[in-house]
Parts: sequence; structure tokens; C-alpha cells
Amino acid sequence: MRDVFESALEKLFTDHVSAEAVLNAERDGWQPQLWAAIEESGFALASAPEELGGAGASWDDLFGVLQLCGRFSLPLPLPEALLGNWLLGQCGLEAIAAPLSVAPRADLVWEGGRVSGTLQQVPWGRHVEQVVAVVAGPEPTVVVLATAACSDKILSTNTAGEARDDLVFEQATPLASQSLAAGLAADVLWQGGALLRSVQMAGALQEVMRVAAEYVNERVQFGKPIAKFQAVQHQLAVLAEHVAATRVAAEAACVESTAGLALLPLMAAKICASEAAGIGASSGHGVHGAIGFTHEYSLHLLTRRLWSWRSEFGSLTYWSDQLGQAVCGAGVKLYWPTITSGALPQ
Amino acid sequence: MSIDQFNYTRIPADAELLRAEVREFLSQTLADFPAVRRADSWMGFDAEFSCKLGARGWVGMALPKQYGGADASAFARYVVIEELLAAGAPVSAHWFADRQSGPQILHYGTQAQRDFHLPAICRGERYFCIGMSEPGSGSDLASIKSRARREGDKWVLNGQKVWTTNAHRAHYMIALVRTSDSDNRHGGMSQFIIDLTLPGITVRPIKDLTGSEHFNEVFFDNVELSDDDLIGSEGQGWQQVTAELAFERSGPERFLSSMALLNTLIEMIGEQPDRLQAREIGRLTARLFTLRNMSLAVTRQLQEGKNPAWAASCVKDLGSVFEQEIPEIAQLLTETLPTSSGGSDHARVLAYLMQQAPSFSLRGGTREILRGIIARGLGLR
Ligand SMILES: Cc1cc2nc3c(=O)[nH]c(=O)nc-3n(C[C@H](O)[C@H](O)[C@H](O)COP(=O)(O)OP(=O)(O)OC[C@H]3O[C@@H](n4cnc5c(N)ncnc54)[C@H](O)[C@@H]3O)c2cc1C
Repeated sequence: MRDVFESALEKLFTDHVSAEAVLNAERDGWQPQLWAAIEESGFALASAPEELGGAGASWDDLFGVLQLCGRFSLPLPLPEALLGNWLLGQCGLEAIAAPLSVAPRADLVWEGGRVSGTLQQVPWGRHVEQVVAVVAGPEPTVVVLATAACSDKILSTNTAGEARDDLVFEQATPLASQSLAAGLAADVLWQGGALLRSVQMAGALQEVMRVAAEYVNERVQFGKPIAKFQAVQHQLAVLAEHVAATRVAAEAACVESTAGLALLPLMAAKICASEAAGIGASSGHGVHGAIGFTHEYSLHLLTRRLWSWRSEFGSLTYWSDQLGQAVCGAGVKLYWPTITSGALPQ
Repeated sequence: MSIDQFNYTRIPADAELLRAEVREFLSQTLADFPAVRRADSWMGFDAEFSCKLGARGWVGMALPKQYGGADASAFARYVVIEELLAAGAPVSAHWFADRQSGPQILHYGTQAQRDFHLPAICRGERYFCIGMSEPGSGSDLASIKSRARREGDKWVLNGQKVWTTNAHRAHYMIALVRTSDSDNRHGGMSQFIIDLTLPGITVRPIKDLTGSEHFNEVFFDNVELSDDDLIGSEGQGWQQVTAELAFERSGPERFLSSMALLNTLIEMIGEQPDRLQAREIGRLTARLFTLRNMSLAVTRQLQEGKNPAWAASCVKDLGSVFEQEIPEIAQLLTETLPTSSGGSDHARVLAYLMQQAPSFSLRGGTREILRGIIARGLGLR
């Protein structure tokens, strides 16, 4: 399944998601034609079960798709739509084809059949039509809110010009709602978002690696390609190690998340990817010299995303803290068994 | 070389079944084994323990049944060795035979060499050491000078090896030596299986900076060898050694050397870590978990009969950075005076591993050499 998805989407992105298209999106915002192409391909629905309008694709199946979104700097919330539709599917709700995002954090409360509160840092918030969010509480519910119904928007963008907006709702009637499926945490979208960003970063880092290796073989200084200098070689060797770590960690998180989100692999993936993001941006730019620092040269499309994605849905510090609390709290006897079982101690 | 070689690989269920058995065995056999000795990891030598493992079928287990092995998969062997390393079991005696000499004899050895060595290896009774480095040849291994000359139907070996781990306790050395002149830098070398009791061999232990005796210098003074001692083909020594290095660099011993310290550190911190402690332990845990997944991806390639030399170098380099950082992070997280005697378990394990740590990125190929190999794979050399 993974290969089929990947090759189909790679073709679509190669045709539609050029560096120029990404820059246009950063400048102009939403790219309706691009979204239309994705909507037509049906990819945004893939994570929902077939009976609810999707393709029943697991995170394992979608690993390649998410990596491609990172590699191409896709300027649309396809990863977020996949997460939203996955959660709706888990809770028995119909998948949504319209532009869709998720709320990483929300402080929503029910007031009768309506909800009030703020959805924080919604990716592409100002552009999408609907947002999936979770109303916490003793019986958490998943809700779909129409962005048209929000009473206020506090706009912000990340370092890559991607909208990350707070959406305020007052007494809004959800388009759909359902109890959160058993086994899912109230911060499932936060966890799932960390999974998305880890895999996107794995894709972006592989592209940084590829572009850098290509560039150092072309650029000549002191009469030879700079690739022949050991200091350059070793920087990229270390980068390759981190890219490899990020890739396998992200894949582990996806493969192990077929039943529900696998927290330990997911935390490891976000921590390793966030660490690698800094190294990738530093070495990637380092070996490029001044040309890589220009707007003209497209390396920054990747690095400006890495700088933001590593902090979104929980930073290195956030997830390290969570993981450290969990393993220390369980005591040293469970430490090694936790590593080999791949599951956090209960 | 493609990053895609790092495919997430789950240990197959049948191999995973062994884990409980190994853990049970270790918790009984090593019940009173002190933390400081656990810190010796795969440098800890205990022949009796190796024989016990041999009796359980856990040495040379990937070798064929006809030689006393278990025809086990690379994953089954992985489960056993990672459990041994995580527990700090004293595996050094049989380690090199299990990891590389056994597979090498199976691959290149004559029938007589297999019949003679492999069953003893599988019993945990026969120990090997690896004779590559010489005083003038470390990273530049191809510059070795030890030389075996043909005299009639014999070979006469003269020269010196150095840093040979366990030579003072091993029965045999597999040595890379020069056997002819060659215009090709990588030509003219061959490997011999050398019985260390032969006349003309002197083994002198070299104390390491902690005062421990793990490695040695070995002198060869007109040592007589026969064609039967040659392993593989004459002149193919370099190719054989290169293949061997994939086994040498890919295993969990390349990131678990400081496991004893990570354990005492977590114990010392206790169940309510402060913010800094939680973050650093969390970050180390994520890296450990991921290094293991990288190493399993390499194991899959070994199992499929591929040569994962490039990917193994990635694991070893990233792994030794990790092992070396643990003593540094331990210093950052707790107020512990490292002690060589007296003090708590944690203080002694910290002292020991802090001092051993520099060797982690030397043995088995230095950081710079590994990064060079990785760069070559990336098309930069
Ligand atoms: C604990 C321990 C156990 C060992 N056990 C064994 C054993 O059992 N058998 C065995 O044969 N050997 C063994 N060794 C030796 C080990 O393989 C060598 O130490 C290693 O290959 C480096 O060689 P060297 O020490 O001569 O250092 P050198 O090669 O002299 O290196 C010194 C420094 O120069 C750098 N350098 C060298 N060449 C280059 C280059 N081309 N580019 C950039 N930098 C370079 C190195 O990276 C290193 O930083 C052991 C070593 C240790 C520390």
C-alpha cells in the first residue's frame, strides 16, 4: 500500500509543487488549485475507514505520503487533514473532503449543545473550512467546527510563512461531534501532530542531505570540488547519521501506530527529528556558503520549515521531559524492558 | 548509499521468544554481580560464564547445527547479545569468536578449520583475538609490516601486533599479515589463524589508563606456520578483513557500552526527577531507542546476506557519541564525585566509564575513519 500511495503522490507533487509554487503560497496564502488537485486525488481522505469515506490507510501506509509532504514543503494541510480524518474515523464520524485542519491545543467547553473557547495555533487556520478539535473533560468529545463560525481570529505565521492561527469560538454549534473513542487521550491531536511533524522532518532532512551532497560536488574552491575537503565530508557524514536516525525513528512511530498512537516511538521520533533539524539546518547551510543564505536558492524552503516544525506539537524539551518523567517514574528495573518492548511503562 | 537502508525492523516473534529465557538466566547467574563489573560490559572476561552460555547454546548460535550452533537467525542472536550487554554480563572471553572469528571461519575456512574450531567456539571454550593494528599501522591498516615468508612448505612469520584485546587470554589470533610484495596498496596481504602457544610468540599486556589489562602487544619471532593455518585465499586478506568489519561495527555493543552508568544514574535520580534530569534522561532514552532501531535495520541486512558496511558505520559513529556523552550527562545531572574505590556504585561506575569512554571512538575504527567511510558512501570521496 505504502509504495502505491507514495509513487502516486510523488507524481502529483512533482507536477504541482515546485519551489516557485511554495514561494507563491508563502506570499499569497492558500493555493486553491493545488488543494483542488489533492482533493481530487482523494489523498486527504485516505486515513479514514472505507465505510466512512476513506481508504482505510494506516499510518504505516501513509509514512511515505507524509515524508513527501516534508520533502516538497507542501504548502497545504494535507498531513493535518489526514490526522483529522483519522480521528473522525476512529470515533465513527464521516470523513471530510473540504479543506481541513486540526487544533493542536484547545480550551473548549460545552455550553448546552454548543462549544466556546479557543483553538490554539491551528495550522492553516485562516484558510481551512473546518477544524477537528477535542473538548476535554471527564468525557472528552471530538468536534468538527466550521471556521466561518468563529468569532475571532488571532493570526500568526511560523518561520516558513505557514499560518498558525488561534480561532476563538463563542457558543458555536459543531458540525459533528462524538465521544472520543476508547484508548485515545484528550491530547490525541497533539500527539498525532507530533507524529506528522516527525515524518515531515524526516522527509525534509533527506532532501537537505541530497541537495547538500549534490552542491558540494559541484562547487569548486582551491581548484577542487569542496566535497574533497575532509571537514566538509565529515559534516555531511554526521548529518547523514542524524537523517538516518530520524528516518528510522519516524518509520517506527508510523508502523507501531496502526492500532492507536504508539507513544514511546512517537516521542523518540519527535525528539530525534527535532535534534536533527538543528543539525541539518546548520550543516546544510554551512556547506552551501552564502548562496544557501539567499532567497533565490531554495534550501531555505526546507530549513525554515525545520526550524518551526521541530517546535510544533511539542518541542524537543517538551517531549524529552515527558519521556524522562515516564521512564524515571517507572524505576530503573523497568528501564531496559521499556526499550525492548517499545511501550511506555504503565 | 541510501538512507532507505534504515528500514524499521521489528524483531520476529520467534526470536523475541528467547528474551524471557535469557533474562531469567541472567537474573539468576548474575544476581550478585557488582555494578562496577557490569560496567566492564563486553570487556569483562569470565571463562566460566562463557562456558555456561555455551552450554545454553548461546555462543555461536548463528552457526550451523553440524558445528554445534543453532542455525539461529541474526535476530535471535541479537536478542541474546543485547540482553547480555544490557545486563553487563562478562562476555569478553568468547565475544570476538562469537561475533567475527566464528562467522569468518565458517565463510572462508577449510573443512578442517571449521571442524576444529567451530564446535569449541560454540561450547564457549575457545577464544580468539583480532590481530590487525601494529605500532606503525592504526587507521592506515593497509600499511602493516608483519610478514610471513614462504620457506619450503612453511610460512615464517616475523613482526608485531599491538592493542590486541584479550591476546593474553585468547587461544588463537586471526592476524592480517603481508605475504607478498604488491603494487596494489590493498594487495599482498593474507590472514592466518595463529595458535598463540607456538614458539616464537611473546604476548605482553599493556595497562590502559585505568590500570586494567585488556589489550596487549604481541611479538612474532620466526613463528613457523603452515598452509593449514592460512584462512581464506592467499593475497585476499584485505577483502576478508573489510567484510569482517561489517560484523565488527554493526552490533549493539556499539551503543550499549555505558548502559551500566545509565542504569545507576536513573537509580540515583529516583522516581521524581527534576526538570533538567527528566529532560536529559528523556533525550538519552529517545536516542537509545532509535540507535537500537538503526542497529536492527543493519541486522536485517546481515540476515538478508547483504553487506551493510556503510550503515554499520553510521550506527557505530552515532552510537559511540551516545556512549561517550552518558558520563558527561551523568556529571551534569547529579552531584557525584567519581571514585576509584569507596563511594557508591554510581560513583564508581561513573569513574570507570568516564575513563573508558575515550576508547569507544577508537576501537573498531576511529570517528574520523568512520566518517570517511560514510562520506565515501555519500559520493563525496
Ligand atoms: C580499547 C581498545 C581496544 C582495541 N582492540 C584492538 C584489537 O583487539 N585488535 C586490533 O587490531 N586493534 C585494536 N585496537 C586498535 C584500534 O583499532 C586503533 O586504535 C585504531 O584503529 C586507531 O589507530 P591508532 O590508535 O594507531 O590511531 P591513529 O591511526 O594514529 O589515529 C590517531 C588520530 O588520527 C586520526 N586520523 C588517522 N588517519 C586519519 C585520516 N586519514 N583522516 C583523519 N584523521 C585521521 C584518527 O582518527 C585519530 O583521531 C584497540 C584500540 C583500543 C583503544
